[in-house]
Amino acid sequence: MTDRLLPAGFAELEPFAGTWCLATETERYARRMASSMEEMRTFYDAFFPRLEEAVAHCDTFPLDALPEDARRLLQLVYSLVMVSMSIEIFHQPKAVDAADAEIERVREPVP
Amino acid sequence: MSRLPKPPEGSWTEHYPELGTAPVSYEDSISPEFYELEREAIFRRAWLNVGRVEQLPRKGSYFTKEVRVARTSVVVVRDGGGGVRAFFNVCRHRGNKLVWDEFPGEETSGFCRQFTCKYHGWRYGLDGALNFVQQEGEFFDLDKEDFGLVPVHCEVWAGFIFVNLAREPEQSLHDFLGPMVTALDGYPFDKMTERFYYRAEVGANWKLYMDAFQEFYHAPVLHAKQTPAKFSTAAQQSGFEAPHYQLDGPHRLVSTSGIVAWELASDMRKPMEDITRSGLFGPWDGPELGEMPPGLNPAGCDPWGLDSFQLWPNFVILIWSGGWYLTYQYWPTSYNTHTFEGNLYFVPARNARERVAHEMAAVTFKEYGLQDGNTLEATQMSLESRAVTHFPLNDQEILCRHLHKVAADWVEDYKKNHTEV
Ligand code: FES
Repeated sequence: MTDRLLPAGFAELEPFAGTWCLATETERYARRMASSMEEMRTFYDAFFPRLEEAVAHCDTFPLDALPEDARRLLQLVYSLVMVSMSIEIFHQPKAVDAADAEIERVREPVP
Repeated sequence: MSRLPKPPEGSWTEHYPELGTAPVSYEDSISPEFYELEREAIFRRAWLNVGRVEQLPRKGSYFTKEVRVARTSVVVVRDGGGGVRAFFNVCRHRGNKLVWDEFPGEETSGFCRQFTCKYHGWRYGLDGALNFVQQEGEFFDLDKEDFGLVPVHCEVWAGFIFVNLAREPEQSLHDFLGPMVTALDGYPFDKMTERFYYRAEVGANWKLYMDAFQEFYHAPVLHAKQTPAKFSTAAQQSGFEAPHYQLDGPHRLVSTSGIVAWELASDMRKPMEDITRSGLFGPWDGPELGEMPPGLNPAGCDPWGLDSFQLWPNFVILIWSGGWYLTYQYWPTSYNTHTFEGNLYFVPARNARERVAHEMAAVTFKEYGLQDGNTLEATQMSLESRAVTHFPLNDQEILCRHLHKVAADWVEDYKKNHTEV
């Protein structure tokens, strides 16, 4: 028995799974806003080099029939997309010049 | 010096002489009195897009739309015959709001066989007919035939559901949309059913946000920090010119030529874009859609970027060359606030890779929207100071000039018809 959350080949990302496997954009955006740049940088540096493999792994299943661990891996990819905005562009959690503007994603495709 | 050809008159603006070239007053965006006029003159006269047919997948599917500027709630439903109908969301017994969930001011959607009023339990069919009255015998000469829901004029074009709150619309939807917009007929909107729906409360007049999305003059400056430094510098130096503007009645469009993202040097792109093969302009590997309708890319740009169709009064359809589209709606809630809705529509992802590309486009879209929204609140505040009242608009801002003119014309027209009676 194991309590791993992600597919076996992605063991080194397990420490991030508890924090960043989030089903909705609203949760991912909130987590980004609540994270320090250092936390996001650690996640980005660990995951970005394996991103291509992660997408390829998810693609070995039909999108509407992903096993649990692959579904969580895909959520982790969405979180990396979210975090990349802060890491690659803004160098701060929130978009530069966005102040307290808010846009809520009310509906999104699943998964 | 312009780099792209302009109409023979020398500019897009002068090509439409009724627009003039004088500085434009923004009083229409800061005046509570003008807003009061807009309620009747615009929002109770024009056809308003409230959604798409895919939001009503089967008989009994419904959604509500709050049109606060017209002090109205509408319920839109797929009836027993498969048609789309709209009703004022008002119970005929004592006027309770008929369809709502937890909070009466919030929109809702779902599926039902009939509508039941929460107050005293009157029941209405999907066709609006009053079917059941609690303790009917207690009423006096009540004929249920006379107490059906009040219909709202409702028509569908290309899968887009429009309502008109007037007692008798002055034009059919098709005539209202006109030839420029209806030339989009045949675009495969119906194939693009994967939807990302965004909403925001914005502290600015609705027309100011429309302005922000109908000129790209701001893009290289306001959004400079969204792209790697090298790209931003290149974009600011070249500025922005659109190859084509077009007006048709109260509607307008801008067409742009495309940047081919993957042909840029890699230090002009974000690392995440390279892996996801996607970004603000959408997925780089778009779906095969077949032949396009004549109304699309009307200037025949190659490479073509996007067409932004601005439908009067508050609806935008923005079609990207990459085979997806966006809609925006701006629902006024006061003279200096409105609710913004943005929807991204894609052909449904066939695999995780495509879905990740859609996610990248959607997340990037929101980052840009956040900057636009924040700038607008600053604009609203400074306009309200009235320290400056007239503003010079350049040729790339022709659509802003047109929007404010149409708003003024409709209000004027309404005032004329109402003082003469
Ligand atoms: S108000 Fe609807 S049943 Fe009385």
